[in-house]
Amino acid sequence: MYQYDQYDQSIVDARVEEFRDQVKRRLSGAITEDQFKPLRLMNGLYLQLHAYMLRVAVPYGTLSSRQMHLLAHIARKYDRGYGHFTTRQNIQYNWIKLEDAPDILAELAKVEMHAIQTSGNCIRNISSDQYAGAAADEVTDPRPWAELMRQWSTFHPEFSYLPRKFKIAVIASPEDRAAMRLHDIGIELLEKDGKLGAKVFVGGGMGRTPMIAPEIKDFVGAEDLLSYLEACLRVYNRYGRRDNIYKARIKILVHEIGADEYRRQVEEEFAHVKTLGIDPPVAELERISAFFAAPAYEAGAPDEIDLSDPDFRIWVQAQTVAHKQPGYTIVNISLKPIGGIPGDASADQIDLMADLAEKYSFDELRVTHAQNIVLPNVKKADLYAIWQALDAAGLATPNLDLISDIIACPGLDYCSLANARSIPVAQKIAERFADLDRQRDLGELKLKISGCINACGHHHAGHIGILGVDRKGTENYQLLLGGSGAEDVSLGKITGPGFDEDGVVDAIEKVTDTYKALREDGERFVDTYRRVGIEPFKEAIYG
Amino acid sequence: MKILTGNDLPTGDVVWWTGSDWSRHVEEAADVDEQGEMIARQEEAARRVNAPYVIEATATPQGPRPAHIKDRIRALGPTVRADLTLKPADPDAGNWVI
Repeated sequence: MYQYDQYDQSIVDARVEEFRDQVKRRLSGAITEDQFKPLRLMNGLYLQLHAYMLRVAVPYGTLSSRQMHLLAHIARKYDRGYGHFTTRQNIQYNWIKLEDAPDILAELAKVEMHAIQTSGNCIRNISSDQYAGAAADEVTDPRPWAELMRQWSTFHPEFSYLPRKFKIAVIASPEDRAAMRLHDIGIELLEKDGKLGAKVFVGGGMGRTPMIAPEIKDFVGAEDLLSYLEACLRVYNRYGRRDNIYKARIKILVHEIGADEYRRQVEEEFAHVKTLGIDPPVAELERISAFFAAPAYEAGAPDEIDLSDPDFRIWVQAQTVAHKQPGYTIVNISLKPIGGIPGDASADQIDLMADLAEKYSFDELRVTHAQNIVLPNVKKADLYAIWQALDAAGLATPNLDLISDIIACPGLDYCSLANARSIPVAQKIAERFADLDRQRDLGELKLKISGCINACGHHHAGHIGILGVDRKGTENYQLLLGGSGAEDVSLGKITGPGFDEDGVVDAIEKVTDTYKALREDGERFVDTYRRVGIEPFKEAIYG
Repeated sequence: MKILTGNDLPTGDVVWWTGSDWSRHVEEAADVDEQGEMIARQEEAARRVNAPYVIEATATPQGPRPAHIKDRIRALGPTVRADLTLKPADPDAGNWVI
């Protein structure tokens, strides 16, 4: 993992003390809420439905055990004993006191963490593939590039007041596990003629105007990548709309002027930016990359393990993924127990996952955009011990990518922007489909719920998506079908009139029954949907 | 009726204007009629509340019930964690919200 140098540490420490002073001035009345609000938001502190909410950055979803333990400590000492892992691979605390916030940030800084740029119109936390460095299918490890972008984007003087927030994802595998093309900039690292570089997509996003990012550059050499990103941002900063918040994201700019014209302007700007010497020297790249060197894998670790315990076998089949190192595997820890709150983990559970990472995964964890946790480097021979520990803590639900592995935003239970509750709907769906055999029969089925049009729950990208709306003061839920955030990216279509909370659960059951009746061998839900279209499903729901 | 709500500045707790002070309990909220905006300005200036706003509510024998579900959730706590609400031992509290 990357470790702060003196510059990283000093700017984070300085920010903590700056914010401590700002909080002191707010509490004393020296500054008003209007003056303070943008300052607290720059430090990830929102005022939400019940209290202040602190969003802590987890750069490209990567955590050490020490950091994970600190997150548990914050949950216990300053919050109400739990945290919520988000679709941006971050963690949020829902019950923070303003007067405690500077101390929390100071504690985070001691383990090289912060909440900087988790809000505001700046470049947010860079997200990436949760299997980075371990995936069998990756071209290169995307983490050094994500770290480079983190350093480039942190306190970037030109990009601290963009027209709107800006999200970047970087992957290095043909399988997209980071919803890359639904970001403002999506970067796919790849090799061309033996040379490392990137394909760059610009102008994707969800929210009220969902768009899939078009390809803007088929290949930019790795040595030019930062300059190219700088050019992409400069064109947006210059021409992105600041007069209308709903049209301020880069996707609107790219859509309105067209991908060809945007590309032309970026190329023109790139020619200028390249003369400025923004790209790091090779030595700096090597310094960063060294932090992400492969851990000391045990040579000859066995691939075969005893799977005679049926529950263990099911969990292994569901929750582990191929690792590039023989004898090792990637473990997905589900934060989606049936009837639970997607993405929530208690302080004790967070501590346990930290302990398991320390003991079995070279001290490293990942947060996934699907609100689960990953142990990226696990010896297969250790799986049984890990499973037993997880099972005892309620963390061994074997439902990865099944219908109960639901992404859900906090919704109206916590969020001041929400129009409807998301969590109770997720709970009812999971309970309706609780039978594991039934879930496994349905196969991969990604269900995503947002409590408002801002789409924090990625409903546009769900094979089945649910959008909560306010209909004359009553919660109402629209159903969408056919979305995907993966390499087969697509946007879901609304089926028709919405439902109440129980009605949408019934509608989903009709949708899955229709899929079962129509599917052909080997077809996932989304494959069948794409083959037969929306009509059979609408007929089942409304007919 | 109209009632006034906001958040306590140092803690962020949801609070309700009682007519003379701020309470964590919506049952104690007072009808501010047309005075809400003025009280909000005064109290915010004195840093006794943060981000205050006036909402519609219905008078009931148990006290005011906010008209919108969002404010009822603010008043009680998250519907999915009864243990974190103001009435963790009351099994009917959730019905008041919905």
